[in-house]
Amino acid sequence: MKSSISQIKASLRDKKISVEELYDEFLIKAKSSKTNSFNLLLDKENNTLSIKESQKRYENGNPLPLDGIPLGIKDLFCTKGIRTTASSKILSNFTPNYESFVTQKLLDDGSIFIGKNNCDEFAMGSSNETSFFGPVKNPWKNKNVPTNDLVPGGSSGGSAAAVAEGTCVASMGTDTGGSIRQPASLCGIVGLKPTFGSCSRWGIVAFASSLDQAGPLTNSVEDAALILNSINKHDFNDSTSSNHVREDYSFGINDKLDQKIKIGIPSDYLKDVSRDILSQIENTKKALIKHNVEFVDVEFKTTEYALSTYYILAPAEASSNLARYDGIRYGVREDGKSLDDIYLNSRTKGFGDEVIRRILIGAYVLSAGYYDAYYRQAQKVRRLIKDDFQRIFNDVDFILTPTTPNEAFKIGDKLDPISMYKNDIYTVPTSLAGLPGISIPSGLSTNGLPLGIQFIGNYFEEKKLLQIAALAEKELNFNEQ
Amino acid sequence: MSNNWEMVIGLEVHAQLNTSSKLFSSSPNQFGSEPNENVNFIDSGMPGMLPVMNFACIEMAIKTGFALNFNINKYSVFERKNYFYPDLPQGYQISQFEFPILTEGFINIDNEGNQKKIRIERAHLEQDAGKSIHDIDPKFSFIDLNRVGTPLLEIVSYPDLSSAEEVVSYMSSLRQVLMYIDVCDGNMQEGSLRADVNLSVRKKGGELGTRCEIKNLNSFKFIRQAIEYEFKRQIDVIESGGKIEQNTMLFDTSTGETRAMRSKEFSHDYRYFPDPDLLPVNLTQNQIDKVKTSVGELPQAKLDKFIKDYNVDKDIAKIITVEKQNAILFEKMISETDVKPKFIAAWLVGDIFAFIKENNLEVSSLNEKTKEITDLLKLVSDDVISNKAGKEILPKVLNGQGKPSDIVKELGLEQVSDSGELEKIIDEALIGEEENISKFQGGSDRVLGYFVGKCLKATKGKGNPKLINKILLRRLKK
Repeated sequence: MKSSISQIKASLRDKKISVEELYDEFLIKAKSSKTNSFNLLLDKENNTLSIKESQKRYENGNPLPLDGIPLGIKDLFCTKGIRTTASSKILSNFTPNYESFVTQKLLDDGSIFIGKNNCDEFAMGSSNETSFFGPVKNPWKNKNVPTNDLVPGGSSGGSAAAVAEGTCVASMGTDTGGSIRQPASLCGIVGLKPTFGSCSRWGIVAFASSLDQAGPLTNSVEDAALILNSINKHDFNDSTSSNHVREDYSFGINDKLDQKIKIGIPSDYLKDVSRDILSQIENTKKALIKHNVEFVDVEFKTTEYALSTYYILAPAEASSNLARYDGIRYGVREDGKSLDDIYLNSRTKGFGDEVIRRILIGAYVLSAGYYDAYYRQAQKVRRLIKDDFQRIFNDVDFILTPTTPNEAFKIGDKLDPISMYKNDIYTVPTSLAGLPGISIPSGLSTNGLPLGIQFIGNYFEEKKLLQIAALAEKELNFNEQ
Repeated sequence: MSNNWEMVIGLEVHAQLNTSSKLFSSSPNQFGSEPNENVNFIDSGMPGMLPVMNFACIEMAIKTGFALNFNINKYSVFERKNYFYPDLPQGYQISQFEFPILTEGFINIDNEGNQKKIRIERAHLEQDAGKSIHDIDPKFSFIDLNRVGTPLLEIVSYPDLSSAEEVVSYMSSLRQVLMYIDVCDGNMQEGSLRADVNLSVRKKGGELGTRCEIKNLNSFKFIRQAIEYEFKRQIDVIESGGKIEQNTMLFDTSTGETRAMRSKEFSHDYRYFPDPDLLPVNLTQNQIDKVKTSVGELPQAKLDKFIKDYNVDKDIAKIITVEKQNAILFEKMISETDVKPKFIAAWLVGDIFAFIKENNLEVSSLNEKTKEITDLLKLVSDDVISNKAGKEILPKVLNGQGKPSDIVKELGLEQVSDSGELEKIIDEALIGEEENISKFQGGSDRVLGYFVGKCLKATKGKGNPKLINKILLRRLKK
């Protein structure tokens, strides 16, 4: 079993290992990895100074909350002086001169970046197959067909695969419609998407601004809480950043539940799912029921509209957010005879098929004559979805769902975009509502592949959400399965 | 051309707000910097950068709302207007569309002595784009992003204007108000205020015609020229059997002609939608009320006050109220002296403005010298020195060459107002003038002027002419 952040910190404190030895261990493993989960591994020289300073703090007895912890960073976060590509050709030569808010907080708390994790191009995908740098391989294998390379999920597929195979202790991902939770589920790790507005979007390459949210992919719920402590801060430079009071999310995370908890299970989510998936929910129920937890059936009225709503709103925002990649000021420029040619060539050659598809969908739904039928209508439905969740939260503390409708599939298996989009059917509604969701590994499929369950909490109730997830994690004991 | 055509004009005026930083970034909002000097990561559209609203722009919009009789909307929304151009780094302009901050305002304009109410449909906040420069190099275009993101208030009138004169009057009234409330510096040459003119023609009282939009006019002269040219052009097209197409026109300042830039068929679909990076603007009544106190006195109110309360002639009062800094200077002078405002006003628009013009100064530069000016005017109005002497000294006072009283002494310009001394001089002057005295007494008033002149000459020009006049009259009537 992999060490948790607190265990690693204890080893560093007790001088069982030095910060440099720890770093080398992860770097060597990452270098020899075959999963393609990093777009870029940092040269050790980049980190020499931080390693030294971190070590000094341990020796002085005042280490920072994440001191010396080797992290992976999804290649969607702008990192100062370190190439940031969004796994796209169009940004394949781009090095920002600024550090994203979230990664700056991680650096401030002493963590050390191993490298930039592969992901779907501009975070658009559910299998990490749309990356310009090639697909990521899931470290897990189907025990019945062990020769097949499987997808890690997406879009934070590189992050999930790297944490799962142990080439970084944790990774920062982003989640727009499930991009943290779904790959976490397919790779057998923990993935937390905080409430929209918790973690600043400043310096994250934007996909869909009203949905994008940063969050950790980790080996344990407690690790997720520790990282959330660092990154969950108000930021004046992000107008959608909430200024609610933040808590210490790891403090008391393993305490016994002091009151009765009511968890709703949406029956409409479980209509056509496989036995494997159904048994994850059943097992969780069994595990928690003895802990003063009551389960009730709940039913959404809006579930069937969520995916189409998402695939109108997210592409609409993306079509505009990606307009700045025009080859004029930075990024890859393709020559042309006229200005229009430069735009056309740079963007046609710079973006992959899935990105182009979503830009086209987005431009279409915002066009004169279609705006009311698509974009405005989708905004209305989004409001109904939010209301639907609030109706259910009037009665329950949490909602429990599968994270994904299936286990990890073979690379190249899902060529049809619609069947790919359906992978996010359980995560997208939460994203549209802006609610926090956490995926934890719950068990193995009959093929021996990890499956996950998702707990959804009400706005800014991450503290309680992490507590219930930690309890389920302990009871399900996935890592010992 | 027949005379029974009339023009129907609506104006879109872009006023650049004179905030210290841009609408959504902290870069300085200033004109005349080196190219691309006032550009940060937000302005240049770098990945992951986010706009943050500058509330000073909202306050200026509210202020304008009060000054132009608008409904000030508590709820307004910034949207993205999407189009590609190299001087638009984000690929979209952030602007208000469906929910503008100001709706349904008006302004009264003066048109040859008549008041006309011009209704204003809306005013909204938006970002400006950068500048593309195509005429430096035959092969390359250059981009200056300094102007990217500077705050604009776009003020859209109803088509209530029907002549070039009215348009100019409307535009200058707007300019005057915006400068008074200190939201725009009004500098048209630097592009702080520019207009798009929507013009159509129709037979008097007939159906509205198809309009053309002439873009980006930045001087009153060009506005007038463009309107007159476009008016004739449209009539010519119709009278020769053609049809007006809804085009966007450019005004060529070198030829004085308008020409089509793009037709409606090629007009952009801007795909407006609410900017998800920004929250809707939700204003409280308190926030709005707070701004109200800073609006200050508007030009029309000042004009009325100057005429009614200060007894200043209408034409002079108008000249003073044209620009706020004139009015400020005038009111400062009034507050510092007991000299009659009417007297000060005449001097201000006369010799003082002449001095400013000759020396190419800002009116406001005299704000520091009002004490000296009013001291001088006091000397004139109290007859300590003559009007002529006052005019002579004024430039010296304004150039800071000393206190008026000192200069008067130094140059010996003080009037002789000692009646005893003057009586003596008059006595001497009347010696041997029996013939003229009897002429005067016989009813010839002209003789009085002759005597005054003679006495003044005897005082070497320093005698107080009013006093001399008075004494003379008394003596001659004996």
